[in-house]
Amino acid sequence: MPTFAGGVHPPDKKELSEGKPITPLKAPGRVVVLLRQHIGAPAKATVSIGDEVRIGTVVGRPEGFVSAPVHASVSGKVIAIGEFPTAMGRPAEAVVIENDGKEQWEELKEAPGFMELSPEQIKEKIKAAGIVGMGGATFPTVVKLSPPKEKPVDVVIVNGAECEPYLTADHRLMLERPGDVVNGLRMIMRSLGVKKGYVGIEDNKPDAIAEMRKAASAYPDVEVISLRVKYPQGAEKMLIKAVTGREVPPRALPMDVGVVVQNVGTTVAVYEAVRFGRPLVERVVTVTGEGIREPKNLMARIGAPVSGLIEACGGFSGEVAKVVAGGPMMGFAISSLEVPVTKGTSGILVLPQEGIFHADDFKPCIRCSRCVDVCPMGLTPGLLSVLAEKGYYEEAKTHNLFDCFECGSCAFVCPSKRPIVQLVRLAKSMVKP
Amino acid sequence: MAAISEKAKGQQRLIVSVSPHIRSEVTVSRIMWTVSASLLPALVMGVYFFGPKALGIVALCVVCSVGFEHLIGNAMGKAGTISDGSAFLTGLLLGMNLPASLWSVNPFMLHVPILGSLFAIVITKLLFGGLGYNIFNPALMGRAFLLVSWPRAMTTWLAPTATFVGLDAKTTATPLGILKEEGVGKLMEIFGTKGNLYLHLLIGDRAGSIGEVSVLALLIGGLFLLYKKYITWHIPVSFLATVGVIVWIFGGKDPATGHLALFTGDPVMHLLSGGLMLGAFFMATDYVTGPQLRSAQVIFGIGCGLITCLIRLLGGFPEGVMFAILLMNCFAPLIDRAVKTKPFGFREVKA
Repeated sequence: MPTFAGGVHPPDKKELSEGKPITPLKAPGRVVVLLRQHIGAPAKATVSIGDEVRIGTVVGRPEGFVSAPVHASVSGKVIAIGEFPTAMGRPAEAVVIENDGKEQWEELKEAPGFMELSPEQIKEKIKAAGIVGMGGATFPTVVKLSPPKEKPVDVVIVNGAECEPYLTADHRLMLERPGDVVNGLRMIMRSLGVKKGYVGIEDNKPDAIAEMRKAASAYPDVEVISLRVKYPQGAEKMLIKAVTGREVPPRALPMDVGVVVQNVGTTVAVYEAVRFGRPLVERVVTVTGEGIREPKNLMARIGAPVSGLIEACGGFSGEVAKVVAGGPMMGFAISSLEVPVTKGTSGILVLPQEGIFHADDFKPCIRCSRCVDVCPMGLTPGLLSVLAEKGYYEEAKTHNLFDCFECGSCAFVCPSKRPIVQLVRLAKSMVKP
Repeated sequence: MAAISEKAKGQQRLIVSVSPHIRSEVTVSRIMWTVSASLLPALVMGVYFFGPKALGIVALCVVCSVGFEHLIGNAMGKAGTISDGSAFLTGLLLGMNLPASLWSVNPFMLHVPILGSLFAIVITKLLFGGLGYNIFNPALMGRAFLLVSWPRAMTTWLAPTATFVGLDAKTTATPLGILKEEGVGKLMEIFGTKGNLYLHLLIGDRAGSIGEVSVLALLIGGLFLLYKKYITWHIPVSFLATVGVIVWIFGGKDPATGHLALFTGDPVMHLLSGGLMLGAFFMATDYVTGPQLRSAQVIFGIGCGLITCLIRLLGGFPEGVMFAILLMNCFAPLIDRAVKTKPFGFREVKA
């Protein structure tokens, strides 16, 4: 079965939520729509306090090429524009909208003949909908779909690996809306003029593989590939290696080897944007973990506070240590439950006190080589962590510091429980790439 | 429900730390205790053949090693390290690398294991910064220190008394010692056939250090560590294969002339004797003092094998595993640096 070298097998804990159908979360009384929900330049607010907005009203317009618009996710009145806490730690500018409960939408332009649209029309709709990579990296989708001429793309891969433990949002989407995933993929292929599309799914989701194969059976140019279960199988470079055998060189992009990768949620958002003209105002969020009473897959509005999602799942089931936005391997531990859901929030993971390792409780590296064996990028994480710990940042750079994409496999297996990712980030912040 | 919503509204203090938020269950102490457990079969066989004296030596080394780690470690401001099990393992390995004859009150020899433990734990490990920072394998350094300080006592081998029940312990030479001093003819005289010699070496019914004699028991422990993935094949296989090949090529002598006869050596005898199995599976594989990269580990293993053969075939000592590993310990970081890893997707830039 296709895969990559290295990787780890954390307990996947998908059973907590994989059987729970996607249920809509009641629109909150107030949403905090961050102006920066993507990699690149933050959007610029286009509304003022007191303005009336509907669902889908643009409240922030993109600044530059690598940027994306943001939209109101409820109808009502703008009551504040200012800095709010985010999952990443640093406060960021947001538009706060008070929900009037009327659920009024902006008028949407449907495109019944959606498969006849030109590549330019498709891209325009994707751009206008504010779609970004919804797996967590939040790279503006339209930028990925606009490769320069000297980098021809011949393969599109939908990333259905969902290799992060606990998360089941993409799994549910593939089960419940396989046709939309396939149509979204075909639109992306059309926009790039690509003849071959793949859906890569980890082997622990046989039901999703079956559903997707059924939905794709009518289209010979779309192939569903079953992948070995191994973290980080869903990392872009690892997925491309497993599906196509191509290796993306260090610091290069997938398009350098002729590939574009899109997440399952992104692909469904593309379908909705192109077919119905629907902007990205809600997403599937897996609320899970041993610390939550009733794990669920919720369709939540962008800007909804995490506290609302937790309440909708019956609240905490005991003493809670950490609440993580995203998965346990690469997600961000949040300090406040008022942090809003963004386009990149794939899950809210609630971890109880037991099993938590404290970052300062670590031992010296014993050079056991476990990190070297599991590093999907072929680095020496233990050495990087020692160099960073002692302040030898420049030397860390010569050991390919910047090729690390912080998947956390090394820190997961480390018997000395060293905070390797933290030390790598420290080193990265101290030297220029 | 009210209480829940209060909590859900952010009244609770949350831990914020960098990902990953889950960790595997493998810890340093679990590794150390597992390796210690995998040495048990070999220890049991050693005690079976050499009697309670053997157990006494090993127990003394373990108690002293843990004691020195506790006392000196605390004095150096590194408290609480004995629970990681590494001092226990060092004591166990040191004890298993000593002859049971050291358990002797007249002449008094008990200071030898005690000072060996002191040298292993304090000089080799703690003074270099403690676990993770030592350059040399502590147990082997302890043994090397004892061998050069008390060469007579360290090479006084008890005959395996399990076959001489009721008799006082006699001393004898190890098979490698006999081979070195008196030649292969003497070995054949003692053991009769090659098959009988191999069988004795495999079971452990021969003179030698307490923990090194039973190859079978060592293989059980070593294979268990491989199965648990606590060690990989790279060092043991390259080490053993090198010894086998070199001995086969250069280890034979023409029985008539006594001159070197190429390709007539007996690799099986060499592989089964001395401290080779103990060294290859349990000492050369020490994480801290070996290379980190797998390809570097193969080079390390080959180096260990070459030096072992050099000493066994040409040197003054009958056995060379200990010095081979210690010498290669020096080179471990250099080999790591020389081989370096190739990052994912890396391509040589064509000029």
